Amino acid sequence: MTINTHRPARLLDTTTSAVFMILFAVLVTAVVLVEVFGRGGFLTGEILSNVVQRSVALGIVAIGQTFTILIGSLDLSVAYVISLSAVMASFIMQGDPAMIVPAVLAVLAIGLCVGVVNGLIITRLQVNPLIATLGTGFIIQGVLSASFQNFAGSVPESFQALAYGHVGGVPAPIVLWAGLIAVAIFVLRYTTFGAHIYAVGGNAETARLSGIRTERVVIGAHVTASVSASLTGLYLASRLGAGAPWIGPEGVYGLESIAAVVIGGTILAGGRGGVAGTVAGVLIFGLLDSMFNQMGIDAFLKQVLRGLIIIAAVASYSIRSADRAA
Amino acid sequence: MDMDQTQHDRPAVSSGWQRFLRGAGAVSPIYYVLAALMVAIVLLNPNFLQPIFFMNFLKKAAPLVILACGQLFVVVSGGFDLSVGSLITFTVLAGALLTGGDPAATWWAIPVLYGIGLAVGLFNGLVVSFLRVPSIIVTLGMLITLKGAALLWSGGSARGYLPDNFRLFGRNMITDLPLIQVIPYALLVAVAVGAVAIWLLHRSNYGKAVLAVGDNPGAAAMAGTRVPLVRTLAFVFSALSAVTAGILLGGFSGVSTDVGDGFELQAISAVVLGGAQLLGGRGSMPAAMAGAVTLSALFTLLNLLGLPKPLRDAVQGLILIGAVAYAVHRKRRRV
Repeated sequence: MTINTHRPARLLDTTTSAVFMILFAVLVTAVVLVEVFGRGGFLTGEILSNVVQRSVALGIVAIGQTFTILIGSLDLSVAYVISLSAVMASFIMQGDPAMIVPAVLAVLAIGLCVGVVNGLIITRLQVNPLIATLGTGFIIQGVLSASFQNFAGSVPESFQALAYGHVGGVPAPIVLWAGLIAVAIFVLRYTTFGAHIYAVGGNAETARLSGIRTERVVIGAHVTASVSASLTGLYLASRLGAGAPWIGPEGVYGLESIAAVVIGGTILAGGRGGVAGTVAGVLIFGLLDSMFNQMGIDAFLKQVLRGLIIIAAVASYSIRSADRAA
Repeated sequence: MDMDQTQHDRPAVSSGWQRFLRGAGAVSPIYYVLAALMVAIVLLNPNFLQPIFFMNFLKKAAPLVILACGQLFVVVSGGFDLSVGSLITFTVLAGALLTGGDPAATWWAIPVLYGIGLAVGLFNGLVVSFLRVPSIIVTLGMLITLKGAALLWSGGSARGYLPDNFRLFGRNMITDLPLIQVIPYALLVAVAVGAVAIWLLHRSNYGKAVLAVGDNPGAAAMAGTRVPLVRTLAFVFSALSAVTAGILLGGFSGVSTDVGDGFELQAISAVVLGGAQLLGGRGSMPAAMAGAVTLSALFTLLNLLGLPKPLRDAVQGLILIGAVAYAVHRKRRRV
């Protein structure tokens, strides 16, 4: 089957390479500022590896969020799916290594179901994605918080290897994230589904008229988002030793993953962008966090700066694209 | 849609009030939902018919009604304002810090708070208009920033307290009235804000402009509308409504660091329940206000039914999806 939809010709389009320039600039700034004002020694393998490890939770869910934003949708329910997955994982496992496989399968099935429901509400009932996923998020969180008040169950030690183990000397979370990034880039660039994602995001009506089953693409994108949220939930359960109903909302994964994707150069209207930019966006957040920590900046001031940086970063692309259009 | 149709078959002579009733409100299903919820509440708790109970309910609903008025301007202009919840928290914490509990400071503290609100609204609006950042990102950034700034200023916890004359608006009632016995100040504030908002959206030139901008910004610009000004004003109205809601909530529930949490989503929910079209172009102010009261009535009802707070969230989610799906269905059937 030939694919006639446009897709990015190069590995990185102009906006995405701009993201990597910003990432590099942030890194240089961090090294200089930490050298001058902080404890110094930012550019060590240990600290940089730490930055990446701390970005994994947001990084995984942001991969899935990229798919929904590429089709011009978005998913606010991911934060609640993360909570649900983490709680179900540790609740099913109850510290028993034999239950790891059933728990993981159950959690992935939950992600799949939520994604299908989100997709159906958006395509069949034609509910605005923001409201649809906010609604399903409220439902999940409500039922979950009513059933569990605190950490539920626990994961066996062997499952904690996902967060604390090493594969060939590289921390396991980094391997996991890198693997998922590779899969996502492959899917978006070399599969029909990926091409359809860009086609639907570029112009859903044109895509439909050219024979793409757009509803399936929308559902597929939402399933990708929910399943990656489930994976984040599994990772967090592994890292924390158990899941609790508040870990998703507390990490603000819904809005932060959207911010990371948009900072990564994927436009909210859909059709342009990709996973590479998202990874850079997530790493920018991670670097800034680490830099502020090394400089001993107050937690609340950190929050203020973070909000302003999100706005400034997105503004910098918007201005550039406006210039190009003019 | 409702407004277009009623405009064709309306009689040649009709007062503004009649037109307003027919055009903006009379057809919206939210009023039936609200009435049904009220009946259910009264059946479960007949005390609700006593003025004092009913007025207390309205007092509690007032902040969300005010917030929905502001949010509707942003929604019909084609955007979202996610920053209102944090602005409420900021208002309450800053109110306590500025006044330091001193009643003499209230008279200047409240204008200062409105000044801060104005600045926040202007920032949101100008960044959306001139830097072309999607409103969801700008106001999300503002949500994070304002919450951080409020906690930074107060040192991370709720400090100080609000003087009584500051809390009057949210807490007190005018008593010894004939027939209705009491009337909360918060209700008076909500009615005043609502009246101004209804006039602005449905009677003024600004209202026409903001609906036009939400419907089709390009066409509105070509027709001579100053799109950036119209959009920016919508964010300013939303921010000012958040400060007002914050003053009421501070009076009602005192100083805390999570007083505004979740209000941004409740305000959007209220507006959507009132039939406003997300991404702009259509909306009714009375219906949005009814949407806010409906949401409050729903919480009251679920509370009466003994549902724990988390399940109330779940029901809110169901209602939200159901309301939008129903609105879409109705619209499609008519077309």
